[in-house]
Amino acid sequence: MHSIISKSTDRKIRIAGSAILLLALAAVTLTAYRFYPDRAETGYQPVQPVPYSHKLHAGDLGIDCRYCHSTVEVSNVAVVPAAETCMNCHARVKTDSPLLQPVRDSYASGRPVEWVRVHRLPDYVYFSHRAHLAAGVSCVSCHGRIDQMAEVKQVKPLTMAWCLECHRDPAPNIRPRELVTKLDWKPEGDPAALGRELIAKNDIHPPTNCSGCHR
Amino acid sequence: MSDILHQITLPGAAAPGRATAPEISVSAGHEPAGKEYWRSLTGRTQGTGFQDWLRREFPEAAELLDSGSRRTMLKLMAASFGLAGLTACSRPVEKILPNSKGVEDQVPGNALFYATAMSLGGAATGLLVEAHDGRPTKIEGNPEHPFSRGAASAFHQASILSLYDPDRTRRVLYNGAASSWDEFAAFAAKQFGEPRRGLSTPPRSEAEWARAALSPSAVTGEGLRFLSQTVNSPSLEAMRARVLAKLPGAKWIEYEPLSENEALAGAELAFGKALRPLYRFDRADVVLSLDADFLGLDSPSVTAIKDFSKRRRVASSADTMNRLYVAESQYSITGAMADHRLRIKSTGIPALALEVARVLGLAPAGLTVLENSARRKWVAAVARDLKKNAGRSLVVVGPRQPAAVHALAHWINHALGNAGATVVYIETPRRPQLPALKELAAEINAGKVETLVILGGNPSYDAPADLDFAAAIRKVPVTVCLGQEPNETAALAEWQLPEAHYLETWGDARALDGTVSIQQPLIQPLFAGRSAAEVLSLIAGENRRAYDIVREYWLAQWPGATAEKAWRKSLHDGVVAGTAAKLVPAAPDGKRILAALEKLPPAAGLEINFYPSASTWDGRSANNGWLQEAPDPMTKLTWDNAALLSPATARNAGLKNGDVIALSAGGRTVEAPVWIQPGHADDSVSVALGWGRTTCGRVGAGAGHNVYPLRTAAALWSLRGASLRKTGRTYKLSTTQEHHSMEGRPIVREASLEEYRRDPDFASKPDGNRDLGQLFPEFSYDKGSQWGMAIDLNSCIGCNACVLACQAENNIPIVGKDQVARGREMHWIRLDRYYNGPEEDPQAVTQPMACQQCENAPCESVCPVAATSHSPEGLNDMAYNRCVGTRYCANNCPYKVRRFNFLDYHKGLEEPAKMVFNPDVTVRMRGVMEKCTYCVQRIEEKKTQARAEGRRAIRDGEILTACQQTCPGEAIVFGNINDPNSRVAQLKKQKRNYGVLTELNTRPRTTYLAKLRNANPELA
Repeated sequence: MHSIISKSTDRKIRIAGSAILLLALAAVTLTAYRFYPDRAETGYQPVQPVPYSHKLHAGDLGIDCRYCHSTVEVSNVAVVPAAETCMNCHARVKTDSPLLQPVRDSYASGRPVEWVRVHRLPDYVYFSHRAHLAAGVSCVSCHGRIDQMAEVKQVKPLTMAWCLECHRDPAPNIRPRELVTKLDWKPEGDPAALGRELIAKNDIHPPTNCSGCHR
Repeated sequence: MSDILHQITLPGAAAPGRATAPEISVSAGHEPAGKEYWRSLTGRTQGTGFQDWLRREFPEAAELLDSGSRRTMLKLMAASFGLAGLTACSRPVEKILPNSKGVEDQVPGNALFYATAMSLGGAATGLLVEAHDGRPTKIEGNPEHPFSRGAASAFHQASILSLYDPDRTRRVLYNGAASSWDEFAAFAAKQFGEPRRGLSTPPRSEAEWARAALSPSAVTGEGLRFLSQTVNSPSLEAMRARVLAKLPGAKWIEYEPLSENEALAGAELAFGKALRPLYRFDRADVVLSLDADFLGLDSPSVTAIKDFSKRRRVASSADTMNRLYVAESQYSITGAMADHRLRIKSTGIPALALEVARVLGLAPAGLTVLENSARRKWVAAVARDLKKNAGRSLVVVGPRQPAAVHALAHWINHALGNAGATVVYIETPRRPQLPALKELAAEINAGKVETLVILGGNPSYDAPADLDFAAAIRKVPVTVCLGQEPNETAALAEWQLPEAHYLETWGDARALDGTVSIQQPLIQPLFAGRSAAEVLSLIAGENRRAYDIVREYWLAQWPGATAEKAWRKSLHDGVVAGTAAKLVPAAPDGKRILAALEKLPPAAGLEINFYPSASTWDGRSANNGWLQEAPDPMTKLTWDNAALLSPATARNAGLKNGDVIALSAGGRTVEAPVWIQPGHADDSVSVALGWGRTTCGRVGAGAGHNVYPLRTAAALWSLRGASLRKTGRTYKLSTTQEHHSMEGRPIVREASLEEYRRDPDFASKPDGNRDLGQLFPEFSYDKGSQWGMAIDLNSCIGCNACVLACQAENNIPIVGKDQVARGREMHWIRLDRYYNGPEEDPQAVTQPMACQQCENAPCESVCPVAATSHSPEGLNDMAYNRCVGTRYCANNCPYKVRRFNFLDYHKGLEEPAKMVFNPDVTVRMRGVMEKCTYCVQRIEEKKTQARAEGRRAIRDGEILTACQQTCPGEAIVFGNINDPNSRVAQLKKQKRNYGVLTELNTRPRTTYLAKLRNANPELA
């Protein structure tokens, strides 16, 4: 029987078809790779209105995180400090630095400095700094070595799977409560062993049910 | 047993294939026949449409997508998917805006509570208002305030929405054109300053001003009239006295449509002076209510419920409870609580009251005209009971009754020795408001009023129709109208001034007993509104701000050294110490009362009664969507009022639900749709005031029917000799009554106190508790906190406060009348109201119904995406972000408490309406299922707080759900059932405790305590 499509046409169709399929597959793979949650969010490092250096303040000068993020132990949010807090020092230090102009303007005018949020969770996630600090989770567990960052960058994926990893096995991330802001602290020996000890002692069992984070 | 067991036996019982079951009622459950409960007349009479209705949980779901629009919809969806794909590529930039300077006491992210007070009908209730970062979001009662004691009513709860109403008056308007407070101040300086002259229009040029200022009559205030609602603010009174002293020709008139004219006149008649009775329901063993909805709308405070329900808590069969008799025309929620209810026309109440007095030996026999023998028997039994409990009984009379009946009740209370025990008296400066209002109308019509300053209120809508205030205001040369929203009166005024909401400005307010609260603002005025005191200050040429006015007034009341401390304490506590009025002795004059009673006309013909609306009050909250959508406690109508008729009256007139009738009395006619109310008195029509607003915001305009045109100064409450005529038209009413029926199972269980004492286990018997075995591995709930709830049906009044509190706490949308008609209302907690007994005269019960947090939750096993699953603390969690909207869960829920967002009900919200949202709860979008979570955000907040304080255990009572916190009846108790000493565990141990539909093995965490009625054996 005479075929409708000649052999050569058939071959062309096969090749073209395979090529399209391969291309599509490659596109999907690349897109998926690029936007896979773990990668999509990490590395985010927006330009801030004031080039505030955590490395200088928290690292070199050794100012405790809680000097600026003062509500972190009493509120669910860690607050970005008021311009007033900056001016506690900068009323005397670097008083004419042009880089600090937005801070001085804010202090004088009452209008906020417009910082760009780096660590962002979806609106339906109700994260509590207070709860995590109370359990002995250090800043470093979610924010990385902020004290070494001249400009803040997101280093952890902050995805649900990543959260749950720790909620299911918190031991490696639990330390004594008074050491949570010591970003360079390392326990002697196995951190998980100390974590397990603290978990037992302080009765820590992070929620893994929906309403633990979603309300 | 069967007479003890009272089961819900709804029509269309459990048999499969019930679509064809035509029987009128089936008594199901495990006992042959108990009381037959039913929820609506349609349900009772089994229209086939009703059967259809019942079988579809969310009826008419696909109606919005007809074939034409379906294609458009698909196109739109394709487009929006494309856009969604694009936006996903770049991460949105989000800003963090910290304060420039720290705010004292404020910790960002943590809520702050401030004490303040809200006035309704001239009576203040102390409140605690929650603010998130400077934004008030939720209202609670103030436990320190004697007329709140921690509870708040539906009106208080909903008032937060009115604050953020985008339809509020946004600026000063002069003849409808944008103006400013400065321009008004300039006008005021010329109009009321010295020297001044009443001017027909404000002069436009300096020369005109100069000419106008020449008149010698300028300083007297002649022709200046103030009209306000009931003033209960001491600082405003002081300001008023100063202004009136300065302008001696001016007068101040107070008017509220729901005022206490008759009660005040009654006290005057009985005692010869104006006294206010304060009822102590917690001390009364027997209460007789004569047309008084004292648990509902006739009481401006929630404490009547608090006190009354205190006497309905029965822990064991040795306990006693009070007994309530109610005689009323319309079925009120007080009537639903009654142990014995007598339906009688409002105009027949005086005769009934006289009969009580006669049996008690106060009135001579010749006076009584109660011809009905059944009623005489009822009255005789009631009177004997009152007498038997002399000193511990109480007679209360509703505001619809004439002054003489109020006076008679005072006399009866006095004769029974109740005065000083269950009722005490204080002196009140209030006088009946109507005479002054009539005089004002006459003065205006005589051209004697040059300037009318209206400080709140809406007289052109709600003043008696024969005074025709709309026409009168047009005759006044200059009208200044201060109001929160554009209304029928402001529309006629030259100057329209935005009034500050009570959460925006300083003030002070007296409660019923005189206790003063400082009204503390939580936010700057959103729309440049000012308080009445501030406007008055402008008129007095002082231009002081509310804070200074209130503070200076109060600092002057205290000795200098302690004043500042007393001020701060008053602000903190929400109560100014030592301001409650002193109790005074009262002795009624029986002869005068009898003489007044003789003059009362007998009941004759058809009567029309007016009552306050559970949604709009007197019309003022018409633009409040929460209240509009809250179902009326008895009729379950939303977004409308209706003319309520008894089934017999409707039958005789050939009327059915939704028929529009013309109601006429005294040559005036209004139209309203009919709603047949079981248990309503015959030959009587009841219709709620406060509807049919024409000039108001977009929410309330056109909702319901305005019946104020029937209301005249001569008959404010009851019209005699009325007539009704069928117009032949029909009107669509939206009700939640027939939604979510319970299909003939023992949902509400109830017995008389007597029966309960004989058989304390009556409520838990019909459970059956068949062990159906477990489909899934058993989960152990014996560790940590296990949340549970107990609801005492014996102290639930059905007042709607919980519904509104839940709505405010949980960002629940309003859906509108049309959506309610489709069964899509979103309330997480609903108040089911069941009737039992003959439809002419049934008893009624209410039952709050929200997610029961089943341990074996049927919803969870059918969710294909695990969007609803169980928490280790026994909560049935709902993850909105996971939900794909299959609605399987709602379909599988035997309690019908899951709510689906059919549309994006929050879409298109204008500023500042979004500010009302609770930041701790997700705002749900279209296509998402939602339901009660036991206020999981409150649980988590307290748990986090406890952890931060270094403890794991939550104290009993530390977590209050929103419904529990506001409940005036304290009927809802939430807590940890694993703690044997917690209140909820104690309640669940009681014998009255039962679970609903436990035979399905759902193991609900919410259980109920069965209802008891303290029946009088003489009447049983």
